[in-house]
Amino acid sequence: MTEERKHTISLLVDNESGVLSRVAGLFSGRGFNIESLCVAETLDPALSRITLVTRGNERIIEQINKQLNKLINIRKVIDLTETEFVEREMALIKVRAKEEHRAEILRIVDIFRCKIVDVSPAYYTVEATGSDEKIAAILNLLKQIGIKEIARTGAIALAREAKK
Amino acid sequence: MEVLKEEGVDTIFGYPGGVIIDINDELDKTDIRYILVRHEQAAVHAADGYARASGKVGVCLVTSGPGATNTVTGIASAYMDSIPVVVFTGQVPTSLIGNDAFQEVDIVGITRPCTKHNYLVKDPEKLAETVREAFYLARSGRPGPVLVDLPKDVSQSKISFEMPPPPKMNSYSPHTEPHKQQLERAIKLILKAKKPVIFAGGGVILSGAYKELTKFAKKLNIPVTASLMGLGGFPGTDRLWLGMIGMHGTYRANMSTGACDLLVGIGVRFDDRVTGKIDTFAQNAKIIHIDIDPTSIQKNVPITIPIVSDCKIALKKLNKLIEKVDLKEPLKSRPNWLKQIEEWKSTTPLAYEQKDVIKPQFVVEKLYELTKGKAIITTEVGQNQMWAAQYYHFDQPNHFITSGGLGCMGFGFPAAIGAQLACPNKTVIDIAGDGSIQMNIQELIVAVANKLPVKVAILNNRYLGMVRQWQELFYGKRYAATDIEAAPDFVKVAEAYGAVGLRATRPEEVEETIKKALATPKTVFMDFVVEREESVYPMVPAGKAITEMLLA
Repeated sequence: MTEERKHTISLLVDNESGVLSRVAGLFSGRGFNIESLCVAETLDPALSRITLVTRGNERIIEQINKQLNKLINIRKVIDLTETEFVEREMALIKVRAKEEHRAEILRIVDIFRCKIVDVSPAYYTVEATGSDEKIAAILNLLKQIGIKEIARTGAIALAREAKK
Repeated sequence: MEVLKEEGVDTIFGYPGGVIIDINDELDKTDIRYILVRHEQAAVHAADGYARASGKVGVCLVTSGPGATNTVTGIASAYMDSIPVVVFTGQVPTSLIGNDAFQEVDIVGITRPCTKHNYLVKDPEKLAETVREAFYLARSGRPGPVLVDLPKDVSQSKISFEMPPPPKMNSYSPHTEPHKQQLERAIKLILKAKKPVIFAGGGVILSGAYKELTKFAKKLNIPVTASLMGLGGFPGTDRLWLGMIGMHGTYRANMSTGACDLLVGIGVRFDDRVTGKIDTFAQNAKIIHIDIDPTSIQKNVPITIPIVSDCKIALKKLNKLIEKVDLKEPLKSRPNWLKQIEEWKSTTPLAYEQKDVIKPQFVVEKLYELTKGKAIITTEVGQNQMWAAQYYHFDQPNHFITSGGLGCMGFGFPAAIGAQLACPNKTVIDIAGDGSIQMNIQELIVAVANKLPVKVAILNNRYLGMVRQWQELFYGKRYAATDIEAAPDFVKVAEAYGAVGLRATRPEEVEETIKKALATPKTVFMDFVVEREESVYPMVPAGKAITEMLLA
């Protein structure tokens, strides 16, 4: 039995109602887990891309790939983990912005190349994108200042093109 | 309707309701035979039995809400056994969907995990195309049930019609051709094996690979076992036949699987009832696995050579490959292996002792004898199913019809009705238990009304016998909830419905009763009052290796 690993799987699916439920139902029905899931239309309005992150040993991942392939509405299954790929997550973080902390928040935003997208007397809302490690690092720093609430996306990912 | 005819539909099983009145009205104007069942679950089982006996797609038509939910058990059974069935359900008008309307239920949502695919048709223009797709999906690749949900306004709409072309789907193309290199690697392994066993499953029946498998096994002189679903895929009277494998498999089938050095799985999915304790299953063997569904491969057991393919095509190609091979050397060790198997067979055969009270095994043996092994046998689920599998020897495919994966009580009788409609000239017998037959006994009137000479052999032990057997062995003989002494008089029930009821209470009456039933061109219930506490052996206790059998 091989070790459990994180896998990022990219699916091209028919852009129809019920497709997401088929994917989610497959995971819950067969006891696989989904760490995160992102869905949006592609350039072709008939297709959507689902990026999902899951975890499992080789045998489970093989089953997940095969079972996904078996769903009629799924056009293509790509396990990006086997290739070079770029992966991004995004988080909106509402952080308490007391007078004495504002400079510190701006510094963190600068270091991590985030943006401040909303400002109120008491709160700044920070937009952060990057890998899940980077988001975790930002959260860790901002937590010490005081986070009111956050909203995070799952990962989205694409395979890298050949460099030559 | 035009599409249904184009797809070769001649029989539909159904039950009417408010939102499908229009469809029934139109259906009535065609020459498609409509069988009005008495419960929607039975409609699906009947369509399932019809599909298995005929090799065609079974079709159902039921109404929305309760009509639709009643089909779920039937659909789940067909799904587990990969049986091609198309189920049409009515739905409330599209304008009302989501409003908790009368008899509204999200049947597409409910059946998503137990259908191969399902559709809600919202646009009448897409209806014909969807129906064609449904039939294509149901019968191609690894077959299975497909549900099409039809809102009332869609089925009422009048549009100009043009027959859509055969479907071509971007996202679905079953892989039917085997990989050539894999076949060659498989042949190499097969020729090297000293103690090979072939393990056949439902895929052999579904792909119609009976002839190819028989040729393959005989040419290479390899013994054959089968799962419950594979019975009839290889002649049950052949000298190479090992009997069924698994929890209630024969001693020789389970022992040879434990001892073999190569297992060739064909159209199987290595289900837990077959493998027993998984890490001991065929532990001395390399495994070749041929199956059309890639998800079946490597799911439960590690495979040495996977071959994703239609079983029939793969076997045909394997047969072709071995034509040119000199088999003298590779088959040299075979007599020793077969001798070992013969020894297992003679020391530990399937056995029971017929004394004063009728033994259920005796009834099945007599049924086999008096029908010359040529009947289509359906079964319910439990002991009756296992005895039928053990003591009726199937020489032909499509003659054993049972709810294998789901293990669904109440399956056998409606399935027998479906099989009889598909094969009017065959003898069709449901081997039943007194428990199971009471789930769907209402279908008696369907058999009688359609003048179907279906025979039902009830092995009546006044227990829910399989569970009772577990209680006897593993629960200190505490028969909680399994004593069903309070039972109807099955002879009178049959007569009340206008069928014929016969009863045998002593061993010497068994033969006479069966003969009488077979000679009666009507629906017959045979009530065999059998030994109450007879158990099915061999038995592999749950969690044990299949070579660790209880023998009595």
